[in-house]
Amino acid sequence: MTKVVAGLDLGSTAIKLALYDGGRFGFWRGPAGWDTRNTAVTMLESAAREWQIDPGCIEHVCGTGYGRIGAVGLTRTVTEITCHAKGAAHLYPEVRTVIDIGGQDSKAIRTEENGHVADFIMNDKCAAGTGRFLQVMAHALELDLADMADMQLDSSEAACPINAMCAVFAESEVIGLLNRGKSRNSIVSGLYQSISTRIASMAARIDPTSPIVLTGGVSMHGLLQAQLAKALNAPVIVPENAVYAGAIGAALFAWKDYKIGGF
Amino acid sequence: MTLTRPQAMAHFDMAIPHAGVSLKQLKEEGKKVVGYYCMYAPQEIAMAAGTIPVALCATKEEPIADGEKTLPRNFCPLIKSSYGFAVTDKCPFFLHSDLIVGETTCDGKKKMFEHMAKFKPLHVMKLPQGYESAQDRAYWLESVKELVNVLEQTFQVQISEQKLNASIKELNDERKLIMELADFMKYDPVPVSGQDMLKVLWARNFVFDRPEFAQQVRDLISELKERVARGEGALAKGAKRIVVTGVPTGLGAEKVLKIIEENGGALVYIENCAGMKQFVNPVDETKPALEAIAEKYLNTHCSCMSPNPRRMELVEQICRDFKADGVVDIVWQGCHTYNVESKILQDYLKEKSGIPFLHIETDYSQGDAEQIRTRVQAFMERMP
Repeated sequence: MTKVVAGLDLGSTAIKLALYDGGRFGFWRGPAGWDTRNTAVTMLESAAREWQIDPGCIEHVCGTGYGRIGAVGLTRTVTEITCHAKGAAHLYPEVRTVIDIGGQDSKAIRTEENGHVADFIMNDKCAAGTGRFLQVMAHALELDLADMADMQLDSSEAACPINAMCAVFAESEVIGLLNRGKSRNSIVSGLYQSISTRIASMAARIDPTSPIVLTGGVSMHGLLQAQLAKALNAPVIVPENAVYAGAIGAALFAWKDYKIGGF
Repeated sequence: MTLTRPQAMAHFDMAIPHAGVSLKQLKEEGKKVVGYYCMYAPQEIAMAAGTIPVALCATKEEPIADGEKTLPRNFCPLIKSSYGFAVTDKCPFFLHSDLIVGETTCDGKKKMFEHMAKFKPLHVMKLPQGYESAQDRAYWLESVKELVNVLEQTFQVQISEQKLNASIKELNDERKLIMELADFMKYDPVPVSGQDMLKVLWARNFVFDRPEFAQQVRDLISELKERVARGEGALAKGAKRIVVTGVPTGLGAEKVLKIIEENGGALVYIENCAGMKQFVNPVDETKPALEAIAEKYLNTHCSCMSPNPRRMELVEQICRDFKADGVVDIVWQGCHTYNVESKILQDYLKEKSGIPFLHIETDYSQGDAEQIRTRVQAFMERMP
């Protein structure tokens, strides 16, 4: 029987699951909700059914993300920094810098061969430069976060600068801009610009080198990719399944455990 | 082998709870107390004046809200905490201090002292901006002489060369003893945890009978010798060896230290003012007393000095001596000097050895404990 392992990325906003059998990956994703533990268990069970395997046969489950602490049924935990680096290297082997923008934090990771972490930096105690920042702003603009991610902007319209770094004050600033008659498009451009500038200054501390890969939930926002490339003055690659990079990394650690025959 | 704690630590567990009562007794006997906040305060001079030098607390979160009634919110938690304790009289050691000695270290502290001077007898020593030039040293020597005059007048005493030499000898012996203790962290496994080391060093500030404290340290050292011989550790053999540097992380503000050891890291050296900083350099006993005292204290490698090459050289040396696997630089939010200096240290270490380096900016609250945990874990995962 084929051996299957799992990588669970228990983020603050979404749970991502990767199943891996040494050859192929399967991916699942859902909101973390208030009951992360059970959501994760249910997701793993239904994923196993889809792959037509007994969930009990998945003996190696590696957890990552904030929810790894307190999650049930994990055989190992690895931080999301290490997992995103590993997962990004699987998706794009030449990667040397990973930028992961998640729901409640963002990080820049410089990597070596096989996605080994050489250095990293994370945002401090602040929502600016995270998915939460975009979520708050989308709300102020009466946009669904998914719609905002898919927005096609008219490039002839200049981005409206957003100066406030604090998510709470930036929301007031956005409301002020709307009141002054600025278009939603120019404000959304401004928001992506603001977040990109913030991430680029943070990343400068670890001397980012190309190729740069963007992972995490916010990698689904196409407009961010372009703005980030501008701010970093280097191309930014978003490989397919970049949102699952953490789960992929975790699954690869679980697979390693299976191969060496331990937990 | 199971991980155990040295039994002699029991002394130090009780040191702080006992301190309030013993200080009160000493006051009742007529002893005078000089409170100080910083490593720059020359304790030898306070001792030669017949007073008890007492390090004042600034490591608790609780008084911060009171501190913020006067001081800006986006300010160093250490300064807010010390001011909050002072203004509310919640700290018995501040309450019992007959005189406070402050220094013009960082901008935050020196301006805070202007507020404090309104309700407490206070003398602020003027520090130069650096420690390398003859001009800086001469300036500081004048500040040290001024302190002698202030203490002589305040307490109506004579500070003789003989008394100064006696207190230099006493503190030098203590420094030697603490350095001997610190050397045990070179072993693998470490025979005592870094948090316990911190407790010993912190207790130093709260035991007013110095010979008694020295005896307790000697007891601990004998036990550590036996533990090393038996291979008994407080943390696992082969644990990642971490050097902590940066801002003071005294008891109450040891959040990051705790997280490092909870995640299996051995804190082999605490290179800050709550840790080893004051013990590293002795006072030169061959020089005239005040000159030698001034020299020792000005050599303190604090980030308020510009430039501060001694810190870079010392951290690098410590990493080699203690076979460190990584350096964690802890910075309080609002501590501009340590925050800016962090990148200077990082670049220095990168060029010299490339040792993994982690910068953590935080405060006294627990709100970011999980984020710090993730960072510390990832930091250890990246080590080979």
